[in-house]
Amino acid sequence: MSGSTRDAVMGRIRRAVGATPANEEARRRVVEDRLGAAPAGVIPERGQLPPAERLALFIQMATKADATVARLKSTAEIPEEVAAYLRERNLPATIRTGGDPRLSGLDFSQTSLSVTQGPSDGDDLSSLSHADGGIAETGTLVLSSGPDNPTSLNFLPEYHIVVLDAADVTGDMEAVLARLRQRQGKGVMPRSVNFITGPSRSADIEQTLLLGAHGPRSLHILVVGDA
Amino acid sequence: MQITSQTFKANTVKALADVELQRALKHVEKGFIGKRQKAADALPEFEALRDSAMAIKQHTLKHLDLYIDAYVEKVEASGGKVHFAEDADHARRIFLDIAKRRKAKTVTKGKTMISEEIGLNAFLEENGITPVETDLGEYIIQLRGEHPSHIIAPAVHINRDQVEADFRKFHVDLDPKRDLVKPETLLSEAREILRRKYGEADIGVTGANFLIAETGTSVIVTNEGNGDLTQLLGKCHVVLASLEKIVPTLEDTAQILRVLARSATGQEMSVYTTLSTGPRRAEDQDGPEEYHVILLDNGRSNMLGTEFEDMLRCIRCGACMNHCPVYHAVGGHSYGWVYPGPMGAVLTPSLIGVDKAGHLPNASTFCGRCESVCPMRIPLPKMMRHWREKEFESHLQPTTARAGLGLWAFFARRPTLYRAAVSFAMPALKLMAGSKRRFRSLPLAGGWTKWRDLPAPEGRTFMQAYAQSGHARSSGRGASK
Repeated sequence: MSGSTRDAVMGRIRRAVGATPANEEARRRVVEDRLGAAPAGVIPERGQLPPAERLALFIQMATKADATVARLKSTAEIPEEVAAYLRERNLPATIRTGGDPRLSGLDFSQTSLSVTQGPSDGDDLSSLSHADGGIAETGTLVLSSGPDNPTSLNFLPEYHIVVLDAADVTGDMEAVLARLRQRQGKGVMPRSVNFITGPSRSADIEQTLLLGAHGPRSLHILVVGDA
Repeated sequence: MQITSQTFKANTVKALADVELQRALKHVEKGFIGKRQKAADALPEFEALRDSAMAIKQHTLKHLDLYIDAYVEKVEASGGKVHFAEDADHARRIFLDIAKRRKAKTVTKGKTMISEEIGLNAFLEENGITPVETDLGEYIIQLRGEHPSHIIAPAVHINRDQVEADFRKFHVDLDPKRDLVKPETLLSEAREILRRKYGEADIGVTGANFLIAETGTSVIVTNEGNGDLTQLLGKCHVVLASLEKIVPTLEDTAQILRVLARSATGQEMSVYTTLSTGPRRAEDQDGPEEYHVILLDNGRSNMLGTEFEDMLRCIRCGACMNHCPVYHAVGGHSYGWVYPGPMGAVLTPSLIGVDKAGHLPNASTFCGRCESVCPMRIPLPKMMRHWREKEFESHLQPTTARAGLGLWAFFARRPTLYRAAVSFAMPALKLMAGSKRRFRSLPLAGGWTKWRDLPAPEGRTFMQAYAQSGHARSSGRGASK
């Protein structure tokens, strides 16, 4: 790091904000308190619902963002649902997935699907991931990086199928963040956390909205179980 | 990039006569305003969230030194590196050092305004490194050798048929018979070309919408997924961000995200909000080997503690320009540098000097729409007024303008004389205008009458009309002193 530049920049900031040795401790405490407590601020009412309504809101909002959603009773239904999805779109019966035990434990033998594992090199048409959670307020999926669900599977294939446990749908982003903090430890994050709301799009040509820019053209969510 | 803010007036004359530009600019007013309003109306807490977002940034700026320290510590703990850059030149040199060490030949880029601010693309080309813009709008203007005309819709000044012509010119493998009339096919064409570039890149560059002190995380918000692929597939990820992008916590980020997309594109949430913390972990199967943040000052620390501090709350949503009648008329390039519209009219003089950018804060009718839609409630018109005052104090305006203001001030300070002068002038002007009641030209008013007629006064002064209406007596504020 360029130490002298850092000192110069920080010196200017400290003078501008009126930092002095006398107020140093009080200012530090304010900052430490905020970083420690992470106060929540204004949480919209919209997502604050009992589980069943919350799930219904998630599905409504995800659909509004051009995702498609299917409800499954149990994980056992996933292979057939994936196979049907690809078949209906005339897509090759191949799917790329990560090492997530919730997915690798599935029995695909009753389908004609060929399942391969690992990150995408860009040649996969379809991928299957497992979400950490869903946010009802905006219909947003939450996915974390790692060998279980490599991030490239979220962006490179044209068709992204995501499994979401109905019990993992929360009302707001803050609830997801709290869970993340609990899992990872305070102040520690996975390398990448992706909040995904619908398939990729662009409006850069004449402000006309088009689906399928650089990320997936289609996002299909499999909601498993009851809320 | 070449700064042309000095010739703002000439730029606007050209822009107003540019038929293609005027056609393209219609999409701004039509596209953005209604969508933002609809999104704001759909969330009852929207105004409360604006207050909350504003308070977060105010708090952060007051403690910026400490939050930067906390942020740097966390980035380093996750295996990344933060480089402080004093100015544009310094930031470019830091980048080149990283690029040389990595023997970089190709750099893919997500959308970043800081890259425009430091003129990174031209600099990389001079040094034998190929920059590839991956945002569709940025890609189009890179092909055209242009700069963005809008901070979130960089190619908003270009029409579909112009894009088609550019693709045919630059994509030499393209079958001439391929139908590119529909925007969809243009998008697929760009997707195919850029897809190959991500993995080839030695470095992936992105900007940052937020830098989170609590976790050392950089956040980008995109709809296309291009920035996400850029930072995921490049062997080394370099984040270009300015100091004021720091926010304290994940929760604070969530608050501001709720006003960002709604104010920008009218979406509830952009498609991709990606949080990146450090380089690839031991167990990861994808992700960059190195993670760097170039933290740019470039004049911002000098805005802290001044009347322009509020500008550092800006989250670059573009709502101010989307709602600005001046922007709608002249487009982004007229402003002559990186940041157009009302936010540019305030920020540009701060960053490049009011001597070069003095026209920008004058290019406002002070209608106040920008402030009314700004999610961070930045008092943009007030700050433009500050710049006008500074411009006057430093004697930067032409002598005629100063003389005119001096003359007005002389009369304004002498109410009796002022009233005598106008009660002579108004009937005289009415008489001079004759039956047409308008002037096609008038001495000292050439700037006005060059473009439109000046309506003639009706004869009475305001004070005369006011006195005759009877209001003066009842309110107790007499016209005479």
